[in-house]
Amino acid sequence: MEFTVSKILWTLLGLFIVLNWGLIMSGIMRKIVARVGKRYGIPLYQPYIDLIKNYAIRSQITHGVMFYLGPVFRLSGGVGIFLFLPLIFGSEHWSNFSFSGDLVLILYFQFFGMLGMALGAGEGGHPNSAIGISRGLSQFTTIEVPMTLAVISLAIQYNTLSIAEIVAAQQGGIANWTMLTNPFATAAAMLSLLGAFGHSPFNLVKAPNEIPIGPPTEYHATFLGVLRTNAAILHVVEAALFMNLFFGGATNWFELILKTFLIYFWSVFVGVVFPRFRIEQSVRWFLKIPLALGIIAIIVMI
Amino acid sequence: MKETDIHDKFLHEENKKREVIAPDGSIIEIDPLQDYFCDARPQINEPFKIKVIEKFLNWARAESIWVLGFGTGCGSIEIPPLVTPRFDAFRYGVQMRATPRQSNAFIISGYLSVKTLKRVIRSYEQMQSPKYVIALGSCTINGGMYWDSYNTINRLDHYLPVDVYIAGCMPRPEALLAGFMKLKELIKAGKAEKANEYIENLDWYKANQKKIIRDWNMPDYNW
Amino acid sequence: MKKFIKDLSFRFNITEIEYQRKNLAFVSVDKESVMQMLSYLRDTEGFSHFVLMTAVDWIEDGIFQLTYILNNPTKKIDLAIRIKILRENAEMYSAHHLWNQVATYQRELKEMFGINFPGSPRVNESFLLEGWDNIPPMRRDFDTKKYSEETYFPRPGRGTNDPAQHMKIKLYPNE
Repeated sequence: MEFTVSKILWTLLGLFIVLNWGLIMSGIMRKIVARVGKRYGIPLYQPYIDLIKNYAIRSQITHGVMFYLGPVFRLSGGVGIFLFLPLIFGSEHWSNFSFSGDLVLILYFQFFGMLGMALGAGEGGHPNSAIGISRGLSQFTTIEVPMTLAVISLAIQYNTLSIAEIVAAQQGGIANWTMLTNPFATAAAMLSLLGAFGHSPFNLVKAPNEIPIGPPTEYHATFLGVLRTNAAILHVVEAALFMNLFFGGATNWFELILKTFLIYFWSVFVGVVFPRFRIEQSVRWFLKIPLALGIIAIIVMI
Repeated sequence: MKETDIHDKFLHEENKKREVIAPDGSIIEIDPLQDYFCDARPQINEPFKIKVIEKFLNWARAESIWVLGFGTGCGSIEIPPLVTPRFDAFRYGVQMRATPRQSNAFIISGYLSVKTLKRVIRSYEQMQSPKYVIALGSCTINGGMYWDSYNTINRLDHYLPVDVYIAGCMPRPEALLAGFMKLKELIKAGKAEKANEYIENLDWYKANQKKIIRDWNMPDYNW
Repeated sequence: MKKFIKDLSFRFNITEIEYQRKNLAFVSVDKESVMQMLSYLRDTEGFSHFVLMTAVDWIEDGIFQLTYILNNPTKKIDLAIRIKILRENAEMYSAHHLWNQVATYQRELKEMFGINFPGSPRVNESFLLEGWDNIPPMRRDFDTKKYSEETYFPRPGRGTNDPAQHMKIKLYPNE
C-alpha cells in the first residue's frame, strides 16, 4: 500500500461519488416512504438543499471542545469505513486502502462514530441527548452481536479477514455468493442491518418526530451538516460492506449502485411496513432470532 | 413598584443568590442567573458579502424550512394536517423538527398566554439565525376573540418580530401553506431579516417582555 | 334517585334540592357537613368518581358558591353538592385526602378565585398564572378588559359591536 498523490485523489473522487449517491439515495428512499403513505413527498434533491441550508446557517453556539469533536468523530467513523473498504472488486483505484485485516477495523469504525457522538452530545448537556445516547448505545451494542457472529462465521468459512479475499471467493456466479453458501450468517447480518440503518422499527434513537430527537438534539447548523454528510456516506459504505460480504461484491459502479440501493431498500421496505419499536423491545428482538441465527451460522461452519 | 422589584419578588428559590460550601470546605457565593448562564449580548449576523452567493443561500433557506414543533394555542391543531397526504407540506421543503436548535421557522399558532409566551421566547432565542416567525390566526395580530382576556397577549409583534401574518380564526391548512409560500418569497427576496431586527431592537423587545412576564426567572437572553 | 336523596336528607342537613335530570340532582348543604358527606358518599354509597369542582362568585350576596360533582359509576347517577362560603377571607376545608385530583382543582380555585384550602398539597404554587400580583382574575370585581388594555398593548382602531345590534343593522337595515 503506497500513499501516492494519485491514489489520494482517486480516493477523494470515490468519496465524492459515494457522498452524492448517498444523498440521492436518501432522497429516493424518502420519496418511496412518502409514496407508501400516499403523499407526493419531497423533491429528490431535498437532501442537497437541507445540507446547503445547514451549512449556511449564520450563527452557531458551542458547548465546549467535545461538542466540536462529536460530529468530527462521527464523520471519521463514516470516512474510516470508506477508506478501508474495497468498493469495486478487481479495480486498483477503487480498492482504497483495504488490507488483509480490514474487516475487523471496519467493525471497529462502526462503533467509533457512535462513541464519539456520545461524548460530543453528552457535552451538549441536554437531557434528551443523554436519553438518546443511552438508547442508541444499548441498541447498537445488541445490533453488533448478531453482526459480529455473522462475520466470525464468514471468517471461518473463508479462512480470512480480508474483504477483498471474501469478495474474490464469491466470484463466478450467484451460486458462489455467501447468501447461498452461508444463508444463516446472511440472515443474521441482514436482520442486524435493519438496526444499523435505523429505519422504522429501530429508529427510536433519532427519529425527528420522537420527542427527544436523540443524540443530535443540541446539534445545529454546520454540526448538523457534518452529521448529515456522514449519514449519507455511512449508508452507502455500510450497504457496500454487506454487498461485499454477502452478495458477491461489485465489479463496476453500476453494479455497486444497484446492489447498495437494493440493500438499503430492504431496510426501508421493512421500515414502511412495521411501526416503531420501543428501545427495550428492539433490544430483546435483536437478542432473540438474529442472535440465534448467528450462533447457528457459526455451528454450521464449524 | 419598579419592574426589577417585581422580578425579584417572583424569583424562584433556586435562582436566588446564596452561599454554597465547596467540596474543599471554602464558602463561595453564587448568583445562579449570572453564573449558570451565558450573559453575552447577541450580535447581528450579517448576510454574506457577495450578493450572488447570498442569493443562492437564500434560495436554499427558502426551499428547506424546518418548523419547530411547538403548538401554542388552538391553531396547533391545524399543523398536523400539513404532513398528511391531503396537504403534504413536505413537497415544499417544509419539515417538522422537534428541537429549536435545528429549526428555522416558528409558527405561533393562535393565542399566547403569558405562561406560554415565556416558553416561546426561550425557544425563539435558542433558534439559530436566520429564523422566521409565522403568526397564525387573528389572536396574534390584535388579540382576536381573547382581546380582553387577562392572560393572553394582544399583539405578538411587541414581543417577537413577525415575518408573516396569517389572518383568520382559525385559518385552514391551505392558508398556512399560502403563508409558507409568502415566507419563501420574502426569504428569496432577502427581506426576511427579522432575526437581526430583533437583536437591533433587543432593549425594546425585552422591556415589553419583562413588563408582562413577572415570573422572569431566566437569563436576559437564552443562548 | 328521589329515594336516595330522601335517605340522604335524614343523615345530613340538606337545605335545597334541585332535580336537573333523572340522574342528576343538586343538593345544598352547609359548610361544616360537606366533608362528612363527601366521605360518606364515597365510602358507603359508591360515588367513587370525582367529576369536578368549581366556584361561582355571587358578588352581590358576598358569597362564593362551591360545587362538587360526584358520579356513581355502578348506579350511573350524578350528585352535585353546593355549599356557600363567605367571600371575605374565603376558606374551605380541603378534600384532597378523598381524591388525589381534588388538589389540582383546589390549586386552580386558589389562583382564580382566591379561595384558600389550608393543607392542600402545593396549593400556593401558581397553576396557570405565573407571577400574578393582582386580585384573582375570576373574581367579578376584577375588570379584565381594563387590565388587558393597560397591560397588553391593544391594537388601536379595533372596534367591537354588540352582536345582536350589529346583526340587526347588517341583515335588516330597513327595520
